[in-house]
Amino acid sequence: MTPQTILDIQDLTVEFRQGRRTAPFRAVDSVSLTIAAGETVGLVGESGSGKSTIGRAVLGLNPVRSGRIHFEGADITSARPGVRRELSARLQVVFQDPYSSLNPARTIGRTLAEPLLVHRKIGAAETAERVTEMLARVGMPADTANRYPGQFSGGQRQRIAIARALMLSPRLVICDEPVSALDLSIQAQVMNLLADLQSELSLSYLFIAHDLPVVRHLSHRIVVLYRGQVMESGPADDVYADPVHPYTQALLAAVPEPDPRVQRARRADKEAAGATVLSTQPPAATGCAFAHRCPHAIDICHSLRPELLPVPGGEASGGGRTAACHRAADLHPLTVPAHSGITGEEVPCSGNE
Amino acid sequence: MSTAAKRPGLLARVVRRPSGAAAIGWLVLLTAATAGASFTAPRGPLEQDLGHVLAGPSGGHLLGTDNLGRDLLSRLLFGGRSTLLAVAESLLVYLVIGTVLGLASGYLGGWVDWLVTRTADLMFALPGIIIVLVVLSVFPGNLHAAMITFGVLGSPGLIRILRSQTLGIREELYVAAAKVAGLTRSQILRRHVLPRMTSMVIVQAALFSAIVVTIQAGLGFLGLGAQPPDPSWGGLVADASQNIDRDPWMLVPAGIPLVITVIALGLLGDAIRDAAIEGWSVSKMAAPPGRTVPAPRSAEDAVAPVEGSIEPDARALLSVRNLSVEIGGIPVVQGVSFDVMAGETLGVVGESGCGKSVTALGVLGLVPGGGRVAGGQVVFDGVDLAGSPAELARVRGSGIAYVSQEPMVALDPTFPVGRQLAEAVRRHSRADRRTTRAAAHRRVIELLTMVNIPDPEAVAGRYPHQLSGGMAQRVAIALALAGDPKLLIADEPTTALDVTVQAEILTLLRGLQAETGMAVLIVTHDWGVVADLCHRSVVMYAGQVVEQADVESMFTLPLHPYTAGLLAANPHLAGGGEPLPTIPGTVPAPRDWPQGCRFAARCSRVTDACAAAPVALTRPVPDRLTRCVHSQQLLVEGTPR
Ligand SMILES: Nc1ncnc2c1ncn2[C@@H]1O[C@H](COP(=O)(O)OP(=O)(O)OP(=O)(O)O)[C@@H](O)[C@H]1O
Ligand code: SF4
Ligand code: SF4
Ligand SMILES: [Mg+2]
Repeated sequence: MTPQTILDIQDLTVEFRQGRRTAPFRAVDSVSLTIAAGETVGLVGESGSGKSTIGRAVLGLNPVRSGRIHFEGADITSARPGVRRELSARLQVVFQDPYSSLNPARTIGRTLAEPLLVHRKIGAAETAERVTEMLARVGMPADTANRYPGQFSGGQRQRIAIARALMLSPRLVICDEPVSALDLSIQAQVMNLLADLQSELSLSYLFIAHDLPVVRHLSHRIVVLYRGQVMESGPADDVYADPVHPYTQALLAAVPEPDPRVQRARRADKEAAGATVLSTQPPAATGCAFAHRCPHAIDICHSLRPELLPVPGGEASGGGRTAACHRAADLHPLTVPAHSGITGEEVPCSGNE
Repeated sequence: MSTAAKRPGLLARVVRRPSGAAAIGWLVLLTAATAGASFTAPRGPLEQDLGHVLAGPSGGHLLGTDNLGRDLLSRLLFGGRSTLLAVAESLLVYLVIGTVLGLASGYLGGWVDWLVTRTADLMFALPGIIIVLVVLSVFPGNLHAAMITFGVLGSPGLIRILRSQTLGIREELYVAAAKVAGLTRSQILRRHVLPRMTSMVIVQAALFSAIVVTIQAGLGFLGLGAQPPDPSWGGLVADASQNIDRDPWMLVPAGIPLVITVIALGLLGDAIRDAAIEGWSVSKMAAPPGRTVPAPRSAEDAVAPVEGSIEPDARALLSVRNLSVEIGGIPVVQGVSFDVMAGETLGVVGESGCGKSVTALGVLGLVPGGGRVAGGQVVFDGVDLAGSPAELARVRGSGIAYVSQEPMVALDPTFPVGRQLAEAVRRHSRADRRTTRAAAHRRVIELLTMVNIPDPEAVAGRYPHQLSGGMAQRVAIALALAGDPKLLIADEPTTALDVTVQAEILTLLRGLQAETGMAVLIVTHDWGVVADLCHRSVVMYAGQVVEQADVESMFTLPLHPYTAGLLAANPHLAGGGEPLPTIPGTVPAPRDWPQGCRFAARCSRVTDACAAAPVALTRPVPDRLTRCVHSQQLLVEGTPR
């Protein structure tokens, strides 16, 4: 762990009970990731892949089955409420739903002042000043403080929610789909605001979203999640430009290109490539989590779960790329493979990063 | 936003209602008069005036006297004290037990919840009044014990209400945010949970008080409360009933205050309930009080027609002309015109609040929110549907089908999807029922196969909640296809789905279109969907069409600054690291639409000419429409993308 690591998640597993008889549902399955100071790590994956659950586990809102979470060097996996209260000054959150994340019956001013009341015993005048300052910073007029959430649009509410998260000058903000509920133009406004605040205040973000282009735009590194497991991770631009894992490839290929000509060409390519496996296939219990939808699946994929390993040749493109796929090497050699991949066998293990 | 920032408090809002003011007035008067009975009462409660026995109202005795010549007004006021005390005692017990246990049970859950709900259920089953009578027989004449018992027995009602409320509020994101902000459990309960329930608690308290007043009077009537000669309201009624044949008047001062008090408490409860919601639930759409709805502009103002586009296009499958829709008397869509050719896909693009969905629903005559189609023509297959319910009913489902963003809305949760599909098939085929049963089933399987459902036989037997979002949307599309529609109106059909599933649904729609030749009108805010699926596209802003063009030209050279801005504000296009181009500000609400160009406040090219007058739709190049004063300039310069 390097000294400037802010958040370090190791082998995090989260399970939810689903009734007395059935086995618990594993929403997050030994996920590891780290976030450095000033860094944004993007967490992508489809609905139900466990993105929010990871964020909520870091915030102490979900129980942790196993694994460790370190924040600024301290173990916060099962921090007691008192410690959590201390933490809250440095670890904050912006939720997806701008409608339910603000108490409709309290004025914006009172909502924003709340974190201050917990942490600093400061006077009313000073509190009001800080509220105004924060509102200005997120581009809201000062009289916002006297209004109720019902009087604001989704984008404005999201700005307010960001202001609340920043009241105590945190180091890390968990952004759980902060722009997913917003219109395209408003989404751009909020994304720019998040980027500006990051450089001004040297924040770190765990940026959760289901939209790969959005995540790519804000993140330094991307972690791709499927059914609670990490499928691939690496520098944002590399993963976006040259995905290794078949799931990441499917995710990228699915995003329609906002250009009719390009999109038409892509469609033609896809049709030429032949049948894709539909998401309506039922998943298997063992092996690779993506095997039931993977067009490249081979026998071993259905029986043995692939490990998350450095991508062979990944060092050449800057390093730090990992993928959990039996066929990572032979399907997608990042450089000309020195040792030709042997289909159906595990990729050569190159140890830890 | 110009609504007043300061809102009157709850009390002020309650008093503003006539019923609230009257109820509060009576209760305050009563409380003051009885609490200060020693000063307000003209005589002592036991003081006898044997010269006036059973007398009616007079100067000396405003409400008359009883059989011992005691002043009824004074007895009423002094007797009210025990009522007041009784209400206070049982209310306190009721509130303390009810709120503490209700909140604890809802918020903490687990064994606390289990224990509290079981105990509450048990107590609920007990006959309250009998328990009170038992208590009174153990502690004879001890009204305090009786009232406290009654408070305890009443509390399960409050516990239940608060528990279910708390359960809901506990899951709200702002509670999670407060946890993250470091608030303690009791702080969260005090600041976020309890305030949401104050009005609820007050309402319950008012209603409970009404019951206590009645019960206390009942006990007094039975002689179980204050012992004679001490006055009580129930005792007064008992006295009055004993003397009813000699002096019927006595029932009036004895009974009326009781009845009024009970009614006042009920009214107060209602007034608080209404006033509490009014406090913060200000919908953005609702016009602030006192503001008048803008007068509808004249037809030329609303839309300056481009030559040739006034008449519906006879070649088009759907030809919409000057469609205007009003909701709550406020126009939300104005003068919208477009055509959909047979087999064509038309996209309707714009930010939320621009009137896309209302336009789509307006075509079907299904305006949401109690609105109505205020004008225009909707010509489908040569027939004008606007203002013709019979034609609309004929066309809905069979001629035109509709798929919404939320597939579950289209599906009835209580029936297997196969049955719902079969019903739709039979409704549309209208053939003989007996022969179609098997045929309908065959058609259902065919439809499910068409939308790429694996194992259609099995899926037909499932209930909607057993399907994933993508499967449910496929079934919803199958349902829409049941009547072999010529036009499918799809309102954001993929917005709620994952990208991979969205891609599948888009492929499916394309395939279906190629197969059946149906036209599609798709509402979306995703340019990727437009690029993938549409031939032509309409851009809407603030209730108007601002641009219309074939998709390729629109993407290469948008002729309206709004289209250009929307296209540019796309993270798919920008490289990482650099700021995204944005459109500053937000879509104005319908009541804030300006006279001139509605986009002026957010436009980087705005000049004085833009705001001067309504901007007309023009045709700067063949087959393209735009609503911008400076479209020529855009045409020449192009928009850097
Ligand atoms: N409190 C809970 N109890 C039971 N199951 C839960 C709970 N919270 C989440 N889950 C389940 O855990 C899985 C992961 O959920 P999570 O919310 O983390 O997904 P996500 O990736 O954030 O999805 P989305 O994109 O829809 O927000 C889902 O199957 C969800 O149903
Ligand atoms: S391990 Fe096999 S099934 Fe899984 S992604 Fe790789 S090739 Fe596909
Ligand atoms: S008319 Fe003026 S304000 Fe309106 S879009 Fe055109 S340039 Fe902008
Ligand atoms: Mg989520």
